[in-house]
Amino acid sequence: MSPIFYILAVLTLAGGLASVTLKHLVHCALAVTVAFAGLALLFLQLDAQFAGFAQILVYIGAVVILIVFAILLTRGSDLPKEGVFSKTWPVGLLIAAAVFAVLGWAVLQSVRAVPQQAAVPAVTVRDIGIALVGRYVLPLEIVALLLTAATIGAVIVAMHEKVRSR
Amino acid sequence: MAGKLDQIFILLRDWLAHFLPAALRPAAEVVLGVIAIVCVFPGLFALTTVFERKGLGRIQNRLGPNRVGPFGLFQPVADGIKALIKEDIVPFSANAGVHFLAPLVLVVTVFMGFAVLPMGRNMVLVNMDSGLLFYFAMGAATELSVFMAGWSSRNKYSLLGAMRAVAQMISYEVVLLLSAVSVVMISGTLSLPAIVASQNTYSGIWPHWYIFTPWGLAAFVMYAIAGTAETNRSPFDLPEGESELVAGYHTEYSGFKFALFFLGEYLAMFSISGLGTTLFLGGWSAPFSFLTLIPSWIWFFGKVMVSIFVFIWMRGTLPRLRQDQLMNFAWKFVLPFTLLDLLVTALWRFMGEGWARWVVCTVILVAAYAVMGCLGLSRKDIGPRSYRYAE
Repeated sequence: MSPIFYILAVLTLAGGLASVTLKHLVHCALAVTVAFAGLALLFLQLDAQFAGFAQILVYIGAVVILIVFAILLTRGSDLPKEGVFSKTWPVGLLIAAAVFAVLGWAVLQSVRAVPQQAAVPAVTVRDIGIALVGRYVLPLEIVALLLTAATIGAVIVAMHEKVRSR
Repeated sequence: MAGKLDQIFILLRDWLAHFLPAALRPAAEVVLGVIAIVCVFPGLFALTTVFERKGLGRIQNRLGPNRVGPFGLFQPVADGIKALIKEDIVPFSANAGVHFLAPLVLVVTVFMGFAVLPMGRNMVLVNMDSGLLFYFAMGAATELSVFMAGWSSRNKYSLLGAMRAVAQMISYEVVLLLSAVSVVMISGTLSLPAIVASQNTYSGIWPHWYIFTPWGLAAFVMYAIAGTAETNRSPFDLPEGESELVAGYHTEYSGFKFALFFLGEYLAMFSISGLGTTLFLGGWSAPFSFLTLIPSWIWFFGKVMVSIFVFIWMRGTLPRLRQDQLMNFAWKFVLPFTLLDLLVTALWRFMGEGWARWVVCTVILVAAYAVMGCLGLSRKDIGPRSYRYAE
């Protein structure tokens, strides 16, 4: 646990907290970007270059842009009058605590199940690529098929209906 | 001697670093590399602005700037001083924090991209295993800064410009990535110095650059189109089309913040040209085997400047596209063609050496281009234009 880890952890947590507490939706989207960037840096700190850069490319490059577009196109960027906090926040807190407990339990179990290795295995991008199109090619193809189906579905939903009853 | 000249910057860096204690040397070398990048590219930017205005002037049959210094060469100095002493205006209803951050995010992320570009033999700041991925990750982050600028200004022109810019950048980024993937498929690595090394061989006097293969040429053309759109250059400069949107997402920026946007735009142009050079034009390798005596960095910067010249040339020549034409072009022509090129690249990889793969790949690409062009033309009803005037 180096000081860098703590700095990154504080950055990520601050971004995450800000994204749920800030009032303005676009500010929330930008705060969540900070959290994503912090996560990417954590990956890089763990020497996982591929995961780190993929995190930036996918989450900051695509997911945040998508969120921002959705906010702008739905005019959600105006401040709501009756506050932004949901009335059922205790339930949300309960669910979040439960998820955190399950994740924490799983992480603690994994330490016991897989004993700490002395040396970190060096995984290059090349190895990841070979594994993706070699051993894990079926899951990759299934994901690709799912995404294609989703894209086609989105296009069909958005398509102009040419035949209209007059 | 030639070898020394080739490595002159590396030697200079080592010489400067040896004044420091050994423990500090690696850090000092990185800092010196960063200083070099931060000085060289803005300097190149200053030169390019004169070059561009002169070139555009020549194309449009006028003189261009010629008042400051010999041939107007000191124009960027005057512009820089003007930008520094101008009042920095932030609109009353603007979101001040985001408004302030946007140009910084843009310039910082664009500068980060230069970290992985090999600008000469051994001249790369960070030799990363996944350098290409890093480059595209940084490129994706620039979109956010454009959005931040447009949204925080609270100006409808800014917001419209930002929306256009983000839509355009997302559409063409797909193509940019896919055309780079074909190079990765052949060279089998994401590291940019390794990609250059794989092109740095010669048969006879001719180099093995990827642009001299059918798939490489097609990928390079698609890359150039997508790169022009990514950097918002004419004919894809809709996000800041001044006849429609004043200045797009940076309408509400003045003084040095505007200068930062200007800088970011040109730096993005350099870095896209640098990446294109690295991927398709052999990076720092010489165009003929007997020219390898000339230092590698001269070749890299020479190729980048030629690309910049093509950018300027296109700006002076082509009219601006319309938004729907831009989107249709991206999704109905460029993207399918790039996907087809990926298939052709795979075919090239597995057909083995020999002339057969040249014929097959060329025929597939030319036929696809012809068919798609004919289909695209037949769908349009080209005839006399009809105009509607305000009544």
